[in-house]
Amino acid sequence: MRKRSLIPIFYILFLMLPIYWLVTMSFKTTNEILAGFTLFPQTFTLDSYITIFTDPTWYWGYINSIIYVSLNTVLSVAVALPAAYAFSRYRFLGDKQLFFWLLTNRMAPAAVFALPFFQLYSSVKIFDTHLAVALAHTLFNVPLAVWILEGFMRSIPKELDETAYVDGYSFPRFFIKIFLPNIGAGVGVAAFFCFMFSWVEMLLAKTLTAVEAKPIAAVMTRTASSAGYELGLLAAAGTLTIIPGAIVIYFVRNYIARGFAMGRV
Amino acid sequence: MKTENQKAWFFVLPVLFLVAFNALVPMMTVVNYSVQETFGNNTFFWQGLDWFEQILRSDRFQAALGRQFMFTAIILAIEIPLGIIVALSMPRKGIWVPVCLVLMALPMLIPWNVVGAMWNIFALPKIGMLGYFMNDVLGVHYDMTQDPLAAWITVIVMDVWHWTSLVVLLCYAGLVSIPDAYYQAAKIDGASPWAVFRYIQLPKMKTVLTIAILLRFMDSFNIYTEPFVLTGGGPGNSTTLLSIDLVKIALGQFDLGPAAAMSLIYFAITLLVSWVFYTLMTKDDPK
Repeated sequence: MRKRSLIPIFYILFLMLPIYWLVTMSFKTTNEILAGFTLFPQTFTLDSYITIFTDPTWYWGYINSIIYVSLNTVLSVAVALPAAYAFSRYRFLGDKQLFFWLLTNRMAPAAVFALPFFQLYSSVKIFDTHLAVALAHTLFNVPLAVWILEGFMRSIPKELDETAYVDGYSFPRFFIKIFLPNIGAGVGVAAFFCFMFSWVEMLLAKTLTAVEAKPIAAVMTRTASSAGYELGLLAAAGTLTIIPGAIVIYFVRNYIARGFAMGRV
Repeated sequence: MKTENQKAWFFVLPVLFLVAFNALVPMMTVVNYSVQETFGNNTFFWQGLDWFEQILRSDRFQAALGRQFMFTAIILAIEIPLGIIVALSMPRKGIWVPVCLVLMALPMLIPWNVVGAMWNIFALPKIGMLGYFMNDVLGVHYDMTQDPLAAWITVIVMDVWHWTSLVVLLCYAGLVSIPDAYYQAAKIDGASPWAVFRYIQLPKMKTVLTIAILLRFMDSFNIYTEPFVLTGGGPGNSTTLLSIDLVKIALGQFDLGPAAAMSLIYFAITLLVSWVFYTLMTKDDPK
């Protein structure tokens, strides 16, 4: 083993400590957590997980989150694809300004825009729907998706487009049959980033939902009651929020390294 | 070579509609609030630019802005070099690559309020792992609910834990795109590891570093949920970053006018700094 590999090992250890601690905490009783620090659960319990999987408010929180995150990912990538194609292939009036303007939408302080967002979505009558959260999250996901996809598309030579036209392909057929498979890795990476940022964002998700589409992150505030914090439950819910992300990243792990390597990025 | 084609606008239209709906309407609302005064009942009075003047002069805003710049500067100074170092020392091939990537990406996939909540308990003296280790094993007095310095350290360590992986992933992606031939040529020339880094790896990472620095700047400048859940801005006002202060004014005191003015100033500062970064880092890109 070379000395150099110590750095990633220490770094990963540093990353894993709080996660290990969260996971062990989820198997402890709240009393044990409050009594003092223990490295392993002394009285191993699955109560917290049983509560989550049997109480509809809890598991619907997860389902709601997964619904709007998927909706957002599909929507963001779908609108970003043609735009990224235009940015990578053509010059047009105001293209650079437009590109930077898109980027600026990541900079608006969400904390203050939450209230206007609430008013806007109430007035178009989609408050408390999955669509509302999915649409709101496109604000910061679409610019990123355009940015990533543009990088990948730029690395595909323009001759590919021209050859396809010579062969008599129409634009939609060319785009779906030839172009998309070529930037598959880019679509994977863009979708992953959309998934990630939509999954972890919770200020807007919480503001735009009440009952029907309440995300898991908002349900978790229920662990604080008059009787104090139910820390075991909080830890179990937190542990479960890592799992969908971990599954997604397991599937796109190869795209991330190989994918980014292809393009400009 | 790109061709000039104004019809490309049609491709951009869906994005334009979607983002404009989300960005312009709320933005107009905020602009409206920022120049008006209300006494309830949805009656508004023209106020002019008073709120802007009031905010810019207030000590509270200047202090929060100062803390915000300090926070962003510190985390950029830690996360960017650390991210580069970890990316450089990661394995390039083999079964450890996916393991490293998946493990490193885990912190980013945890919802932000969960991150805040878990670090809050993690750092508590007596019952949290970090708090227990610092107080009972090392014997250092460490309590982030009492001591502003401890609170600052906790907020920064939490952010480094949460986001350094983003820099690592981006830099790693840049590094694996360097063909082996470059390294072989450098070896023949007898280049030192520093020279390899300076003249081969760093230029190849430039575009990904641009993305990493811009994203980290924007997101850390707008950070809200994690420090709010972790410390609530305390003890006192010591970790009240700009967003936290803004929400205190907007929703705590319900002073919509000053809050709107403040968020526009805030937005303008973010925009200006990002634009400077963006132009500096892309100025010698071949377009």
